Amino acid sequence: MMNQDTIAAIATAVGEGGIAVIRVSGPGAVSESAKIFRSKSNIADASSHTVHYGHIVDPQTDEKVEEILLTVMRGPRSFTAEDVVELSTHGGVVAVKRVLELLLRQGGVRIAEPGEFTKRAFLNGRIDLAQAEAVIDLIRSKSDRAFSVAMKQAEGTLSKRVKALRHNLVELLAHIEVNIDYPEHDVAEMTSSYIREKSEEAVAEIDRLLKTASEGKILREGITTAIVGRPNVGKSSLLNALVQENKAIVTDIAGTTRDVIEEFVTLGGIPLRLLDTAGIRETTDVVEQIGVERSRAALTDADLILFVVNAAEPLQADDYKLIEQLGGRPVIVLLNKTDLPVVADTEELAARFKPESIVRLSVLQEQGLDQLEKVIADMFFGGELESADLTYVSNVRHIGLLHQAKQSLIDGMEATASGIPIDLVQIDVRTAWEQLGEVIGDSVAESLIDQIFSQFCLGK
Amino acid sequence: MGYEAGQFDVIVIGAGHAGCEAALAAARMGCETLLLTINLDMVAFMPCNPSIGGPAKGHVVREIDALGGEMGRNIDRTFIQMRMLNTGKGPAVHALRAQADKFLYQHTMKKTIEETEHLTLRQGMAEELLVENGACVGVITKTGATYRAKTVVLTTGTYLRGKIIMGELMYESGPNNQQPSVRLSQSLKELGLELVRFKTGTPPRVHKDTIDFDKTEIQPGDENPKFFSFETEYSDNEQLPCWLTYTSEETHRIINDNLHRAPMFSGAIEGTGPRYCPSIEDKIVRFADKPKHQIFLEPEGKHTSEYYVQGLSTSMPEDVQLQILRSIPGLERVEMMRTGYAIEYDAVVPTQLWPSLETKVVPNLFTAGQINGTSGYEEAAGQGVMAGINAARKAQGKEPVIIERSQGYIGVLIDDLVTKGTSEPYRLLTSRAEYRLLLRHDNADLRLTPTGYEIGLIGEERYAKFQQKKQYVEEEIERLKSVKLKAEQPVQDMLAELGSAPLQFTTDALTLLRRPEVNYSHVERFVPSPVELTEDMKEQVEIQIKYAGYIEKQLIQVERLSKMEKKRIPDNIDYSDVHGLASEAKQKLTNIRPLSIGQASRISGVTPADISILLVYLEHYNRVTAARG
Repeated sequence: MMNQDTIAAIATAVGEGGIAVIRVSGPGAVSESAKIFRSKSNIADASSHTVHYGHIVDPQTDEKVEEILLTVMRGPRSFTAEDVVELSTHGGVVAVKRVLELLLRQGGVRIAEPGEFTKRAFLNGRIDLAQAEAVIDLIRSKSDRAFSVAMKQAEGTLSKRVKALRHNLVELLAHIEVNIDYPEHDVAEMTSSYIREKSEEAVAEIDRLLKTASEGKILREGITTAIVGRPNVGKSSLLNALVQENKAIVTDIAGTTRDVIEEFVTLGGIPLRLLDTAGIRETTDVVEQIGVERSRAALTDADLILFVVNAAEPLQADDYKLIEQLGGRPVIVLLNKTDLPVVADTEELAARFKPESIVRLSVLQEQGLDQLEKVIADMFFGGELESADLTYVSNVRHIGLLHQAKQSLIDGMEATASGIPIDLVQIDVRTAWEQLGEVIGDSVAESLIDQIFSQFCLGK
Repeated sequence: MGYEAGQFDVIVIGAGHAGCEAALAAARMGCETLLLTINLDMVAFMPCNPSIGGPAKGHVVREIDALGGEMGRNIDRTFIQMRMLNTGKGPAVHALRAQADKFLYQHTMKKTIEETEHLTLRQGMAEELLVENGACVGVITKTGATYRAKTVVLTTGTYLRGKIIMGELMYESGPNNQQPSVRLSQSLKELGLELVRFKTGTPPRVHKDTIDFDKTEIQPGDENPKFFSFETEYSDNEQLPCWLTYTSEETHRIINDNLHRAPMFSGAIEGTGPRYCPSIEDKIVRFADKPKHQIFLEPEGKHTSEYYVQGLSTSMPEDVQLQILRSIPGLERVEMMRTGYAIEYDAVVPTQLWPSLETKVVPNLFTAGQINGTSGYEEAAGQGVMAGINAARKAQGKEPVIIERSQGYIGVLIDDLVTKGTSEPYRLLTSRAEYRLLLRHDNADLRLTPTGYEIGLIGEERYAKFQQKKQYVEEEIERLKSVKLKAEQPVQDMLAELGSAPLQFTTDALTLLRRPEVNYSHVERFVPSPVELTEDMKEQVEIQIKYAGYIEKQLIQVERLSKMEKKRIPDNIDYSDVHGLASEAKQKLTNIRPLSIGQASRISGVTPADISILLVYLEHYNRVTAARG
């Protein structure tokens, strides 16, 4: 068996209501889960295929976090043929996220790579040969998706701050390395107080990041949902109606000054990042053209598209153009203004889109919004919408990594305090630097070597 | 006009630091070996600094020694100064560095080669590789001699189309005005090997009697020198000091005034130079705010007045070099004996090699040393010993020996070269090793002597001695776990003296030794070992106990990745056929042809998703192959 480490991921779609399941697989599945689980029986000795009632407890504070059911399945009689534990929590973003974070913070579990459970199942002989190609496709598509999500985040504030943090650490590392590799060179001798000072600064910044992360200001999450349609079909009123009733996770996100308005709402328990776009139509006006281009870009990036049509008018050329562009994408067609007589060609729309994805509503009279909520939920739980949990999981991953990096720096400071030589302390600082690199998807040893030579003048 | 000059098992072309190790290893493994060199007076010559060792490099010398190589023994016989560096830091980065009597060094090496059984040393310029059915079968020299062999090792250093540059002056030359090798480069290209142009340089040498040493600081050797080789127990070599001075404002002014004559900036140099070994003009331009740079004056030997001016590598014109020298405190009246120069040369793109150092396009042809894009005597020698071992094993029909990254710096060096390639002359640094704490110089023998013994380069006597050391160390650690120290006055007094907290309870010796302030000699006072242990063994016991926590962490990492390293990739795999791999990964994997999943994962541009896909593909492949029987 190739895999010695233990992985975890949220196995169910994320949303409020119902339950959410975290799946843990690997040799440490039971022992790591036991670290945060309290119940009458000790699950370390539990036999296979048993279910246990108990509480998730933060081992540092002894605080009860969640009431859960825990299922133990011992390998090879499990999906991956490894020891598997499933933690069933209450549904909803907050609960499942806290439990997963807590589990990762114990240090023995890492977040699964895209498609990794299936990969393990295959490598351990649980999936038959004929499906090899399907397994590969799954890994490829999930990785590509995760990559594009990561790319989007790389432009964000979190990324900038993590980069700055890493830059400070790599300067410190380069300084330590020069002391080691060029012992006779006339650079300042690295002292433990200097390492301590730099580490403390880094820990303080990580703490600030974690604080903002828990307030949800940096780590945006939700299904990217674009509201599109030609001008004056009611897009902005729809957005306002949704926001007024459901304004939830975050607001005041930078970016609202752009032509694409961004709002975060929770609809039927599902987090949405709503983008209200400028009306898309052919135009010669330069300024409007820019807006239209941005709308098109938003449309390309969206995980879900709300296509608004004015039911009180016949379909127009610009509508048809959009219909062409929307082929094959997850779309909900909103027939707005149904308080007026419906003249739009609904048969034409029914022929182009799935019947269950066409919703009649009147934003003005606040009718049909419940139906919209239901359709979104159906699509989400039916697996048609995928991005949200990816974005979501990667955020949990970030928080986990930030905690780990902080711990590594603390280890390093404790080591310096007890007189451990700098080349050993370096191991802790370097680990922190690499963990932060994972947050932004960047870790190459070569960049440390580049830093050494750009920061110091060395040679013979 | 040509003639058949002889049949060998292994031919080594070039007798520098890589070639000497390669030839000695092959001959000692029983292969009839020919060592060809352009000039017999240049065997094991040090064209640049007269020193060996230092961080990472010194580690490599000890590894070469553990594998049965020669560099460690040779420098132990010929050093004129020995210093242990980094003693204020952890044991993993302690590093031995020697100043060599460079003439004695090369003569001693030459004599060893001349006296080695199965080894023929001959002067001759190799001009063309002999290839039959796609595989290398020998070499033809300028004088028309055809030498045939089962395998050939190329260790040509900076000789391939070498070109010396000093200011406006430029001429074809090997190092130190030796004849360059021009035609061999062409022969390599014709065989399909891709070459790159690299650059390195050396500082001027000056006459000792014209140095005013009063204006410099003395840098003496260690009073109780340690040695590189496991076999060296004692030396009565007299030690000479080095001297430290600095560049002045005047130096920087002269260089800035003459930058238009510097080939580095005029565009005359096309080869890529190393960042870690910049010329003085490069340093002054890139680090303009640094007011002065260190200059070390190093004796080149006991029977010469030449001094090497470390820190002043330059390709400035000769007249400017003299001005620069005379602007340095202590060198105001100095006479320059040799001019510094830059040298450009051809190197083989090292990703064209297997980890055994055999080329992929020409079976039976191996390359090692500077030709593979590295710099440094130690890096060359480390590759040389491995290429010699693997060329000999191939000639004997055996599988290659590959040192893992977790086993030695030699493994890190070769894996980096063949997996990642290099865009500048490659120098080893301790930070290139992810398992630095495991790759200590104090345990090089423990790490690699068993490999040296299996290969046949370590004899029975030395192996028995090694095993005894290993056993004593293990037993002593076990003993310290069980012996107790009571919280009594003498112990408490000692701890107070060391500034360490008093004992609360009876404790075992091992726990006490974990305290940073306490070392083996303190513990030994109260609970001496029943058997006599050497200083070496005591050091080993102390390090293994003191740093057990960190060592354990790295061992866990090695263990975790070892499965990846052991997962072999069949060599007939067609990556274009692997559905789902990203196209960049397909191209890189096809080019590098990694031997294991571990190696594949270190190729830049191959993502974790690609590795997952490759694993699934291999599983599929293996199950299908198994089903076919």
